[in-house]
Amino acid sequence: MAYELPPLPYDYTALEPYISKRTLEFHHDKHHAAYVNKYNDAVKGTELDNKPIEEVIKAIAGDSSKSGLFNNAAQAWNHTFYWQCMKSNGGGTPTGELAKKIEADFGSFEKFVEEFKNAGATQFGSGWAWLVLDGDTLKVTKTLNADNPLTSGQTPLLTMDVWEHAYYLDYQNKRPEYIDTFINKVVNWDFVAQNLGAA
Amino acid sequence: MSERTRNYNYSRKTLTNNWEYRLKSLLRRCGSTRFAGSLVLVGLCSFLALLIFAYQPMAQTREQPSPSVAQAATTDSELSASPAVLPPLPYAYDALEPYIDAETMELHHDRHHATYVENFNEALANYPDLQNQTVEAMLRDLDNVPEDIREKVRNNGGGHVNHTMFWEIMSPDGGGEPTGAIAEAINQSFGSFAQFQEEFEQAGKDRFGSGWVWLVSNDANELEITTTPNQDTPIMDGQYPIMGNDVWEHAYYLNYRNNRGEYLSNWWNVVNWDEVNRRFEQAQS
Repeated sequence: MAYELPPLPYDYTALEPYISKRTLEFHHDKHHAAYVNKYNDAVKGTELDNKPIEEVIKAIAGDSSKSGLFNNAAQAWNHTFYWQCMKSNGGGTPTGELAKKIEADFGSFEKFVEEFKNAGATQFGSGWAWLVLDGDTLKVTKTLNADNPLTSGQTPLLTMDVWEHAYYLDYQNKRPEYIDTFINKVVNWDFVAQNLGAA
Repeated sequence: MSERTRNYNYSRKTLTNNWEYRLKSLLRRCGSTRFAGSLVLVGLCSFLALLIFAYQPMAQTREQPSPSVAQAATTDSELSASPAVLPPLPYAYDALEPYIDAETMELHHDRHHATYVENFNEALANYPDLQNQTVEAMLRDLDNVPEDIREKVRNNGGGHVNHTMFWEIMSPDGGGEPTGAIAEAINQSFGSFAQFQEEFEQAGKDRFGSGWVWLVSNDANELEITTTPNQDTPIMDGQYPIMGNDVWEHAYYLNYRNNRGEYLSNWWNVVNWDEVNRRFEQAQS
């Protein structure tokens, strides 16, 4: 079934000055839209067309003959998830169950932040950093290009896009600065807590 | 010329390039002012010339390589790893405008390429024996690079080799139809230059994520269009990269945003066919 490009869940200026309006415009209206359009074109008329996009992603992961379809499907899904991981006046520290779970599984919030930042900084080339629930345990992972944790049976709770298009207009080569800002000022812990609650 | 002298001249050239570039930008900005303004300009230029003169010896001392560099085991065409050195951009940052903008060139060379060089040297710091090899030799035989630094050598050594080639195969006097032996070889292998361009651009667009699109001389000594992810180089597969275009977003995002296709089709305007011919000859020898 056709996957619909969701509107950005906030105004294009909502994340300024940390992520600019023009970055969000290109990122959502051009990059995300292109993944969605290409996915819809490619899945149309195939046996996968009646499945939800998450099922398509899991079904064709690792199948090199379907890598084009996989890349666009996973990127369509990843970006929808990424927009929700950010909000105006974000950042700060998590609370409640999520805070307790992070402390239990990483030792402290600071340890988690260090691991998450490191995952984003060391993903060479294009990709994503993640906080996932793997079984009963929180883990930090990173993935290349379009890959995502759904294909490893993990539940994504939080993601950060480290493709250069996510930050190049605002931070150029300074990916670590983008990562710091994402964690300190932009991340939407309510959404992460909600994902943990639903897992 | 010894390696040491060569490096010495390189750093001098970089700085001259930098100052020339700044001076040229200033002159351009002042270009519309009237005669009265030009008097001020003459004064300013003399001051800048003085600055260049005064600054150069200082910078040479700072950038002069350590004596050990003199013994670098490297050939003319392969890159030293003792230590790896960022080559200067062979033209001003704005030389490839409007096809590639000055800001992109400055970030791409002074930050991205410089970081690969820095990280490569850092990875090799504890392996003095490896430093006697060329960067290319390590990439050809990655299995023999210690496992704890293999990925760093692959990514950063690859980044260094790829970008060093990239600057050389572009030129403000580039563009147009290919010339010489490579023109003939392209026609033979692809039918026509137009056909080759189309296939090369398509391969560049199809390389998902970060990477490079290449014209290589393959195992059978034939021309072939290939792509690699990230900073992987055809050298790793025993192929010789005759020319390659960088399709990491940092190569084009400031100027072209999400339009990689437009970047790929504009890039032909800056291709330095003389250097591509030189590399083609090298591939055959």
